[in-house]
Amino acid sequence: MYDSGKVVTGIIVFVGVVTFPLWYSFAAGDPSRRPELQKPQGQCVESTDYMRAFHMDLLNQWRDDAVREGKRVYASPDGRKHWISLSYDGQVHNNAVASKSCMDCHSSKEKFCDECHDYVGVTPYCWDCHIEPKGDR
Amino acid sequence: MSTNRRDFLKVAGCSLLGAGALAPVAPRIAAASGGHGETAKREGKRWALIVDTKKCLEKGGCQACADACHKVHNVPHIPDAKREIKWLWKEPYKHAFPTQVHAFTEDGLKDKPVLVLCNHCENPPCVKVCPTKATFKRDDGVITMDMHRCIGCRYCMAACPYGSRSFNWKDPKPLVAQKDPTFPTRTKGVVEKCNFCAERLAQGRAPACVEASQNTGCNALMFGDLNDASSGLAQTLKGRHNIRRKPFLGTEPHVFYLI
Repeated sequence: MYDSGKVVTGIIVFVGVVTFPLWYSFAAGDPSRRPELQKPQGQCVESTDYMRAFHMDLLNQWRDDAVREGKRVYASPDGRKHWISLSYDGQVHNNAVASKSCMDCHSSKEKFCDECHDYVGVTPYCWDCHIEPKGDR
Repeated sequence: MSTNRRDFLKVAGCSLLGAGALAPVAPRIAAASGGHGETAKREGKRWALIVDTKKCLEKGGCQACADACHKVHNVPHIPDAKREIKWLWKEPYKHAFPTQVHAFTEDGLKDKPVLVLCNHCENPPCVKVCPTKATFKRDDGVITMDMHRCIGCRYCMAACPYGSRSFNWKDPKPLVAQKDPTFPTRTKGVVEKCNFCAERLAQGRAPACVEASQNTGCNALMFGDLNDASSGLAQTLKGRHNIRRKPFLGTEPHVFYLI
């Protein structure tokens, strides 16, 4: 084979570049690491399994209900009523028995939302406008 | 397929007959699908606002209502007039009511400040032009925005004859000094305007501007249900001469001015 040194070097460099994302992620952190979410302080509107799988759908539904339909109260399967709100509120509203919003229980965006979203590499734009607890980021 | 003249004339004749038979019901079909005619029959609530300009002027340079509005809605203060964001502000009479001003208008009135805001029109041109339905009219007459849908095309700004809409040329979040965590800010590239405090109406509270005007004691603003004949708002409108901004445009504003 002519120029075997150059060819082999080229192949090694090529394989190295192509597999860069793989070994970079191995080098960057422990691949066995799983996101550890901050324990919430209250009972959620739905079960943990449901929220884990469908929280994004629920939030989209809440968004449309509150903004477009003017429906601001959500009833949990067990009958508890919640005021539809993402941001910290802290006020007791009419008709809503449990008036806590998402961020009243999940008080840290970094330790709850970001923990998982960073892990799976998604960037929802909720907090571009909505104000996370404890002021601005 | 070949068509001879005889067949063509047969089809054309039948089509004409069919169109003729439909002609009497056509206007009814058009009417059923809505249009630009009289105001539709009203059911439920129809929110409206009265601005008593005399009471407002007595307070001079008071900005309490506008300040309250901009505070609860995280509206940034931008001094540049081309970039500023406004929900509720003051405009000289001659600009608020351009067709009311003439050579013999009483002294001083032309330049007196008038509170202006989104008029929450019955026929809102901004809603008509919005390509994503980000701006929409609720059943209770409130013209509000779904910021998640706004693409920043600014058609609504071109369509609104009252200049009630502002565009976010830059990210407003760092420009709001004290943020109210219960209401979102906006992002760069969306349009915004007065929402008649839809978030407060949901809680059974009056709009922030009205509350502020009551707190300062000027009581220049009155909010209520226009469909409720016994409401203070409806009674006031019946008893006092009132005007609306640019009524000739047919937008039917629901902000009324007592002069």
